[in-house]
Amino acid sequence: MTEYVVLSAILFTIGCVGVLTRRNAIVVFMCVELMLNACNLALVAFARQHGNLDGQVAAFFVMVVAAAEVVIGLAIIMTIFRTRRSASVDDASLLKY
Amino acid sequence: MNPLLSLSSESAHDIPVVHPDTGAGGVFDLLWLVIALPLLGAVVLLVGGAFARGRLERVGHLIGTAASAASFVMSLVLFLALLGRGEEERQIGQHLFTWFETGSLSVGMDLLYDPLSALFLLLITGVGTLIHVYAIGYMAHDVRRRRFFGYLNLFVAAMLVLVLAGNYVVLFLGWEGVGLASYLLIGFWQHKHSAAAAAKKAFVINRVGDIGLSLAIALMFATFGTTDFGGVSEASGEASDRTLTILGLLLLLGACGKSAQVPLQAWLLDAMEGPTPVSALIHAATMVTAGVYLVVRSNFIFELAPIAQTAIVVVATVTLLWGAVLGCAKDDIKKALAGSTMSQIGYMMLAAGLGTAGYAFAIFHLLTHGFFKANMFLGAGSVMHGMDDDVDMRHYGGLRKFMPVTFLTFAMGYLAIIGFPLFSGFWSKDKIIETALAENLVVGLCALLGAGITGFYMTRLMLMTFFGEKRWADGVHPHESPKVMTIPLIVLAALSVLGGVLILGDWIVGWLEPVTGVAEHHAPPLPALVITLIVTAVVALGVAAAWFLVARRDVPREAPRDVSFATRAARADLYGDAFNDAAVVRPGTRMVSGLATFDRSGVDGVVEGGSSAVGGLSGVMRRLQNGYVRSYALSLLGGALLVVLALLAVNLG
Repeated sequence: MTEYVVLSAILFTIGCVGVLTRRNAIVVFMCVELMLNACNLALVAFARQHGNLDGQVAAFFVMVVAAAEVVIGLAIIMTIFRTRRSASVDDASLLKY
Repeated sequence: MNPLLSLSSESAHDIPVVHPDTGAGGVFDLLWLVIALPLLGAVVLLVGGAFARGRLERVGHLIGTAASAASFVMSLVLFLALLGRGEEERQIGQHLFTWFETGSLSVGMDLLYDPLSALFLLLITGVGTLIHVYAIGYMAHDVRRRRFFGYLNLFVAAMLVLVLAGNYVVLFLGWEGVGLASYLLIGFWQHKHSAAAAAKKAFVINRVGDIGLSLAIALMFATFGTTDFGGVSEASGEASDRTLTILGLLLLLGACGKSAQVPLQAWLLDAMEGPTPVSALIHAATMVTAGVYLVVRSNFIFELAPIAQTAIVVVATVTLLWGAVLGCAKDDIKKALAGSTMSQIGYMMLAAGLGTAGYAFAIFHLLTHGFFKANMFLGAGSVMHGMDDDVDMRHYGGLRKFMPVTFLTFAMGYLAIIGFPLFSGFWSKDKIIETALAENLVVGLCALLGAGITGFYMTRLMLMTFFGEKRWADGVHPHESPKVMTIPLIVLAALSVLGGVLILGDWIVGWLEPVTGVAEHHAPPLPALVITLIVTAVVALGVAAAWFLVARRDVPREAPRDVSFATRAARADLYGDAFNDAAVVRPGTRMVSGLATFDRSGVDGVVEGGSSAVGGLSGVMRRLQNGYVRSYALSLLGGALLVVLALLAVNLG
């Protein structure tokens, strides 16, 4: 059990650091997915531990939301790339003070 | 108490109660017309100017004069009707309408016509009409003549409200009305800075006095529950001594403001900036005597407040000497006359402060003064008219040959004011000095001294204006004024000479008895005839002094500068203005500028400091919105961590 949780934490941390440090929007995106899946892993593990299906249901919800998010997110990234010829998240920083 | 300083009128005696007869009927039902006529004149002249300007400009002065004259005729008819009634029935009341009513306070537009108001009515409308006639000539070339007559009518109406009022609130209405008219007329030539400033000064100083009167009215309502003369005079005996004293002192403050008594005297000399008919009507004959009227009318309060009476006597004595000293040093003919007015009103106040014994003489002197001072002011106006509006007596000299009528009429006024035997002022002033000597020796001697100084300054004025060498500039051609101006002068001169008949057989004393009560008789320290001789001798001394100091020397065209301290002080109005400046104006200015500084730095500082602190902080805070998604993600993470930590702290702690 502990192994699953530790793995989940490691994956989450990697994803988190990736989101905070990487500039390429695609990589940031992948890191977000990594974090989501780390959560899923934890949810499924806890569901197993508790012997009910709550966590598994939640994991399915996360997957559905993640799929929708990927669709919209990639579309946005595509559009930004088309206009700016760059996928760097730091370039899209006009919406500020 | 020192017998020299105490007044002997404290002993109890009957104070007449005012209870007017409201069902007199007949001509008395038309009492309101006396006020309505000049008021109508004022409305037509002031408001009508907007509709029929051209025609009104041509006849405006005639309408104004006619309104005043009609009011005089009304007053005369009423006076004759009053004469025809028995002494007990000479208080006529008229209730016009209820002015306002709130809670237990009900104030009606009530008029009271009694022997005192009757005399005032005749003086105001009579002298007023003469001055209206005079002003037709005096203001002939003024483009705003219609407006001038409108203001004059407004003044007459307000003054009539003042003396016909049946309660203190209506009296206050008239009191403020004359103040307004006085303000408008002093500042009539508002293009002159000095006139505008003088008008403001008069208005502001009068407000100080008005505080006294309005507080007195409030106190009256709180104490007696009414402001009717009738109600107050009935109930005044029941109030405590302290209340009555405070009431008396507050009324005295009001009287001081309106009658230019020390310490509120500073406005009167400056008020001479107004056109001369205004000085004659408002600032000599009528309005400035309103304070005396107030004191005499409120006798039912003052008789029970000996401390307030003493205060009146002190104020009056100081003022009569103060004004006399000012009159000695002024070279401006109108200001010299204004100083003299102050001094003469001091005499009236003195008599009024002496209580029952003096009331009638105060009113008697008020009437004769109204005649001779209006006469002299109009005479001075006539002189100015012929001298291209020069007021400096040092530029006159020898005018008697050029203006014979003005000279002769002025001389009548002069003889009357110094108290030349058998002229009107002789009788009235003599009576006041006699009464003062009988009541209190110190005050009496001061009044006697004042009479001597009066003789001096009036002779000086006379000599500098009408006698000696001519001193006017080359371009000036002195000439007699037109008939429309000289005829009022002649009438007033006749009144100045003959005004004394009112005292024949003590007529005026008996006439005013229903108002003032029966005087106790205090024997003067000397027989009356001896006092009269002494007064005449003192006046003769003053005249002789003027003769030696003015007539026997050349009068320089420029006022000499190396003069004694006394002269310098008198020229500076005995530092009255300087005192006001130091005691009131400058501390006031300092306080106001202090408040302004506090407002700017304190109040504004807090508000503006708060807003700029928030502004600066938000300027820093908005840097957080840097547009980098990753930094937002970091703060998101931070927030999430905080939530987790909080949950842990709660659950594990």
